[in-house]
Amino acid sequence: MTNSFDIAVVGGGPGGYVAAIRAAQLGLKTALVEREHLGGICLNWGCIPTKALLRTAEVYRLMNHAKEFGLSCKDVSFDAAAIVKRSRAVASQLSNGVKHLLKKNKVTVFDGHGKLAGKGRLRVTKADKTMEEIAAKHIILATGARARVLPGLEPDGKLVWSYKEAMVPAAMPKSVLVVGSGAIGIEFASFYRTLGAETTVVEVLPQILPAEDEEIAALARKAFEKQGMKILTAATVKGLNKSANAVTATVEQGGKTHEITVERVISAVGIVGNVEDLGLEGTAVKVEKTHVVIDEWCRTGEAGVYAIGDLAGAPWLAHKASHEGIMCVEKIAGAAGVHPIDTSRIPGCTYCHPQIASVGLTEKAAKAKGHEVRVGRFPFIGNGKAIALGEAEGLVKTVFDAKTGEMLGAHMVGAEVTELIQGFSIAKTLETTEAELMHTVFPHPTLSEMMHEATLAAYGRAIHF
Amino acid sequence: MPISILMPALSPTMTEGTLAKWLKKEGDAVKSGEAIAEIETDKATMEMEAADDGVLGKILVPAGTSGVKVNAPIALLLEEGEDKSALAKAAAPAAAPQKPAAPKPASFDSRAPHPEPVEGKARAAQDEASKMKAGRVVASPLAKRLAKEANVDLARVAGSGPHGRIVRRDIEAVAAGKLPMLAPAQVPTGVKAPPIDVSMPFTEVPNSTFRKAVARRLSESKRDIPHFYLSIDCELDALLKLRADLNARAPKDGEGAYKLSVNDFVVRATALALRKVPAANATWTDAAIRLYRNVDISVAVATPLGLITPVIRRADAKGLAEISREMKALAEKARAGKLTPAEYEGGGFTISNLGMYGIKSFSAIINPPQSCILAVGAGEQRPVVKNGALAIATVMTCTLSVDHRSVDGAVGAEFLAAFKPMIEDPTTMLL
Repeated sequence: MTNSFDIAVVGGGPGGYVAAIRAAQLGLKTALVEREHLGGICLNWGCIPTKALLRTAEVYRLMNHAKEFGLSCKDVSFDAAAIVKRSRAVASQLSNGVKHLLKKNKVTVFDGHGKLAGKGRLRVTKADKTMEEIAAKHIILATGARARVLPGLEPDGKLVWSYKEAMVPAAMPKSVLVVGSGAIGIEFASFYRTLGAETTVVEVLPQILPAEDEEIAALARKAFEKQGMKILTAATVKGLNKSANAVTATVEQGGKTHEITVERVISAVGIVGNVEDLGLEGTAVKVEKTHVVIDEWCRTGEAGVYAIGDLAGAPWLAHKASHEGIMCVEKIAGAAGVHPIDTSRIPGCTYCHPQIASVGLTEKAAKAKGHEVRVGRFPFIGNGKAIALGEAEGLVKTVFDAKTGEMLGAHMVGAEVTELIQGFSIAKTLETTEAELMHTVFPHPTLSEMMHEATLAAYGRAIHF
Repeated sequence: MPISILMPALSPTMTEGTLAKWLKKEGDAVKSGEAIAEIETDKATMEMEAADDGVLGKILVPAGTSGVKVNAPIALLLEEGEDKSALAKAAAPAAAPQKPAAPKPASFDSRAPHPEPVEGKARAAQDEASKMKAGRVVASPLAKRLAKEANVDLARVAGSGPHGRIVRRDIEAVAAGKLPMLAPAQVPTGVKAPPIDVSMPFTEVPNSTFRKAVARRLSESKRDIPHFYLSIDCELDALLKLRADLNARAPKDGEGAYKLSVNDFVVRATALALRKVPAANATWTDAAIRLYRNVDISVAVATPLGLITPVIRRADAKGLAEISREMKALAEKARAGKLTPAEYEGGGFTISNLGMYGIKSFSAIINPPQSCILAVGAGEQRPVVKNGALAIATVMTCTLSVDHRSVDGAVGAEFLAAFKPMIEDPTTMLL
């Protein structure tokens, strides 16, 4: 039977396509089912195109600050259509790249919607409604997630946007209200604010970027407010009142309500797993709060069925999905040295200005877990490279276990920290203690020196602060 | 306060040694740098120097004590102005300042002076690090700390990380009792003494540390290395003639004096052959075969203590007279038990010659981590066939033992094919 495979992956996002390539590398006959676009949301409507937009914002910001660098730059302006065009071109280039990689690795790609159809079987429904059946010994579900829709906040594609509309504005709105201050909400808020929109962020929790360390989130908030962003925490949007080209939102904060009128509302209130129409009914696959329940090897309750990435729950990060995909496939193939993923080693990045990056436990979480901690801090103002870059705003913070010297977490806010965090991720993966970090020679002058200093600072030994 | 003199570590891997002999008595004045005792390690006997001036107040470890741990106090040194009463105060050795004696054998030819060991915490950390290394425990830094805290012996933990590295989860699993500890590190149990049979009177010669080390190394070699053997006959007549000729020209004494032995020719021929066939100058490791750039030849020397192999370094760049003089000096030091590690460590290839005992041929055990050892027999007159007729020639049989993991049969044969013509026509060694 030609449609018989060792592994079939449903979903071609960063979890699914990576799992498929790894499976093929391991000599397994592999199929990938994708209904829309290879590369998934990440590549087409998420991580990548937003980074293109934020790069535009960054260059624009620098042009507006040209004078600080001794340059003159007059009549700085932008063209919304061209900005979006660049972002789309970047996404499309990468999507084609994934197609090529799958072909190169001899992964058979099925265009259509995949659904479980009995033990070891998948039914693929194509765009033209024709159906095809695939047999596979192992089926990996990697269908990802979509934006959560809150009642009263339903995106309409015109005045109320989801991430998708927010990524391709026909024109730049004069004002936006961003509901939700997770990574997605904050990135859009940063983009629109930098390009001049009056921007308000509403967050239901008392802290923006709720997953981040309290201190780092507070510093980020201060920086955003300095840029003119309005931030309302412990606040909820009670309702929206739409007119022709404006929305009036009723916001409740501290028992009081007030109204905010904006041109556009961006809803970024989390995501829900794509668990529907996967043929899970009648199987032992368990779904809890829109996510498939898995064990440490990504196995569902049904033998031979696995789930990875956003579908399988938090943290909702592309690199987590990819890593799970590789781990899951290697476990299936019986490869040596496979270990479950340690979530404390998954870094998270937010590409607003200033950037935010972290790995491991926040100071609060570490204490809550019973660790006696040593905390080190080093501010950007103490770093030569940061000052030379004109980016003297930010902080690197380290959290060590006082008893064992284990690096429990690292949290950063400031320029380029998303490129720095991998150093701490490697440190965590290699299980270094403060001693090895202290012994590491960091190049001068770089922002990375702050990672060294923040480690020294945790032991009262910082040199430059 | 009297200064504690500690058992020195004479090599990075040394953990204990035998205090062979005291060169000073209690009450003797001692100058810094003066030899005070002889320490026997598994490889050699070395003199231990005093690090400070003073009077040897009390010997804590008598001569002949074996298994003395490195850094254990072995004597107390009275500083200037101190009398014997100070010794009482130092009764608690822990309270005495721990000043290790300079671990420097008297004859050690160091190019650069060694810095004094750093006192205090840093020094302790260093010791711990070297201990780890000696034990060859591969563990993440965090795993090491956790093991220490949980009192888990890393040597008894199976690592689940990359390349068997012990990582945090392994320690946690062992500490929580989820994973069993391995059996205590496999120490060769050795051979138990059989019960005494009165009908068979005997004397027992206690094994020196050195003897034990030789026994262990050779057992490992013969057990773990897949040996194979290649023998070749070499005619010696031309070599003997040249040797007599050269020795006749040697100055009787003075700096240029020499007396070449057949073995000196064998060393030189081996060195030149190794240059032609560098693949025989090698060490097997799991990851790679290590090919040595220098031709350093170990030569087995029998000593009253046992076999030791001093090294002729860069033998390919040395002439016969130089090899001869160096060999003689090394052999003398070896027999006196005075070789320093620098003189017997390293080497890429070993020569063992039993020709002087009239041994016709033998197969030697490879000297790890090397790959080849050449066993040289006696030169003796044998009937040979030359041009279809019987003739008499002086023939020496050489047998090469080879580690098949790193050196294949053809490479071994190529080495002998390069070696033989130089022995048979030694003038080519001039080339």
